[in-house]
Amino acid sequence: MNNLFVYCEVEDGVVADVSLELLTKGRSLANILKCQLEAVLIGSDLKDIEKQVIPYGADVVHIIDDPRLAPYTTAPHAAVLIKLFGDEKPQIALMGATPIGRDLGPRVSSALHSGLTADCTSLEIGDHEDKKAGKVYKNLLYQIRPAFGGNIIAWIINPDCRPQMATVREGVMRKQILNTNYSSRVNHLVVSDYVSETDFAVQIIERHLEKRKINIKGASIVVSGGYGVGSKENFKLLYELADVLGAEVGASRAAVDAGYVDHERQIGQTGITVRPKLYIACGISGQVQHRAGMEESAQIISINTDPDAPINALADYVITGDLSVIIPKMIKYYKQNTK
Amino acid sequence: MGIRIIVLAKQVPDTRNVGKDAMKADGTVNRAVLPAIFNPEDLNALELALRIKDDLPGTTVTILTMGPGRAAEIIREGLYRGADDGILLTDRAFAGSDTLATSYALSQTIKEMGAYDLIVAGRQAIDGDTAQVGPQVAEKLGINQVTYVEAILSLDKTSITVRRRLDNGVETVMAPLPILLTVNSSAPDCRSRNAKLLMKYKHARTVTERQNEAEDYLYLYDSRPFLNIHEMTVNEIKSIPDQLGLTGSPTKVKRIENVILQAKDAKRLTAADEGINDLMKELIESHVIG
Ligand SMILES: Cc1cc2nc3c(=O)[nH]c(=O)nc-3n(C[C@H](O)[C@H](O)[C@H](O)COP(=O)(O)OP(=O)(O)OC[C@H]3O[C@@H](n4cnc5c(N)ncnc54)[C@H](O)[C@@H]3O)c2cc1C
Ligand SMILES: Nc1ncnc2c1ncn2[C@@H]1O[C@H](COP(=O)(O)O)[C@@H](O)[C@H]1O
Repeated sequence: MNNLFVYCEVEDGVVADVSLELLTKGRSLANILKCQLEAVLIGSDLKDIEKQVIPYGADVVHIIDDPRLAPYTTAPHAAVLIKLFGDEKPQIALMGATPIGRDLGPRVSSALHSGLTADCTSLEIGDHEDKKAGKVYKNLLYQIRPAFGGNIIAWIINPDCRPQMATVREGVMRKQILNTNYSSRVNHLVVSDYVSETDFAVQIIERHLEKRKINIKGASIVVSGGYGVGSKENFKLLYELADVLGAEVGASRAAVDAGYVDHERQIGQTGITVRPKLYIACGISGQVQHRAGMEESAQIISINTDPDAPINALADYVITGDLSVIIPKMIKYYKQNTK
Repeated sequence: MGIRIIVLAKQVPDTRNVGKDAMKADGTVNRAVLPAIFNPEDLNALELALRIKDDLPGTTVTILTMGPGRAAEIIREGLYRGADDGILLTDRAFAGSDTLATSYALSQTIKEMGAYDLIVAGRQAIDGDTAQVGPQVAEKLGINQVTYVEAILSLDKTSITVRRRLDNGVETVMAPLPILLTVNSSAPDCRSRNAKLLMKYKHARTVTERQNEAEDYLYLYDSRPFLNIHEMTVNEIKSIPDQLGLTGSPTKVKRIENVILQAKDAKRLTAADEGINDLMKELIESHVIG
């Protein structure tokens, strides 16, 4: 009882990276809490699926396998979690801040009247003292995320309601295999105990999903542009530099909002988290929501007209000046020196 | 054969244009420079509703917003674009609500509003990007939800077919009514204010607003009932007090920390050719690039 649960997403028989990352994080939190880590997998054709999650340290794997449970629709998946969480009373439940997790999480939290924090950038265990009520809470989940208003980070807790729920974006936590022979218990659930016929009222008629075209997460160099790039036209300079260096192009949200680049390139708290060898920030001021997605880069170059831009504090190289002058020079001297 | 649509819309600080002057020297937000706007995706939601109204005569669109008194602006903005009426839910009892307490208050209000066919919300509000209120309201009302909608493909009295936009593709989904949809920014932009409607509704006010204003237009409200923006307080909905506001919010902020950046010992250069040449050489030699 009162274990830590991770809802795992499965697409075409493969468990999503974000779920494995959460299992890894969940394992380390469960160790601190001295509780068990339990994975929940809901879908169709899930034979042997437990083999993908057990190595990450899941003590219990709940599987519910039915042709009607894939592709994902809200009501049946929510019904499973609402009943399972009602029975098992987890202290913590984690899921990916993906289109699925962000559709499912609020539905489940609403039914269970439990708090949910979206897009956490860090999860920790700690105590809380409510001085007014004279109460001390032991071992709460600190759901840590940047909060609206710029350079602030908020520690959010759910003192009284369970489970303590949080979503985390892909790439924020690192996945790590614990033990390929980890011993765990597999629990096959019976679909009719959890889901009723009316839960299938919403039907998917057609589906066109593409494999992700760009792989910023895996790139060893990222050339990233912000609002300071100034236009879609100017972004071509960044693509050129990226091309020459074998890099991917990323962006800040301000650049995405301004229409300079596609949303799928957004880096930060509500975008992708990257940890490249080299991150080149061009015309990015470095608000906390952006930094959350890139501050673990091994080396950072900042190109900014403002010598005091906050991002410069993270940078190993600060180039003060206009990016439309500097980037062409970087391309030129890269080419000259690699000839 | 129209249907009844409720649009959930929120007034938010415009976090998209947070310039340098948005932060005060002490690290707090300078709200004065952040204009309060109609949450962008709620405008997409409104447009979706208005298109149904264009196609299905007899359809009504009601805007529901919860917020402080000045959020009545959201309802006026909706009326100028073609909404039929609006409700401002406002009360101190709602202060400090997290998404769960917000969705509780909104769903209890919707229960007072009578039968509806469709509820349309934005995917997420830009002040927190949580995207939780829509699904939480649907759950509390016991109806289905379809999130990330960008277009309505067909609609009749009992069912709706929509296209969803996901990160990596699209889905066509059919669902029975009543249903709650959340709408993405990939849906069509909202039409602009209509000049005639602007004239018609420019004096639309809530009771509180009227009390605070000069007497000039007071005579209008008896002869033109459509100028009354319906204001509701906690007294007009059935609610359990400890599910409201700060007390009704399971999530609490334990601590807020200003991030103080400790500058690294960075190499500083300018646009001068020599420096950039040296930098590129250095990066190539250390195998960071190349
Ligand atoms: C809930 C929430 C979630 C968010 N999530 C994210 C997220 O995931 N990712 C993200 O990036 N942001 C996110 N944001 C937005 C974030 O707060 C900032 O608004 C955003 O990162 C700013 O982008 P920017 O640095 O490109 O723009 P600005 O802050 O406008 O900075 C532009 C910079 O360009 C420089 N500049 C201008 N001209 C030039 C030139 N010619 N050459 C060189 N430099 C120049 C300027 O000096 C300035 O430093 C989020 C905000 C909220 C409220
Ligand atoms: N106070 C509110 N009043 C009306 N609608 C709201 C309110 N808060 C959130 N919503 C709706 O819920 C959506 C998601 O909000 P959020 O969960 O805060 O990201 C918004 O786009 C609105 O449609």
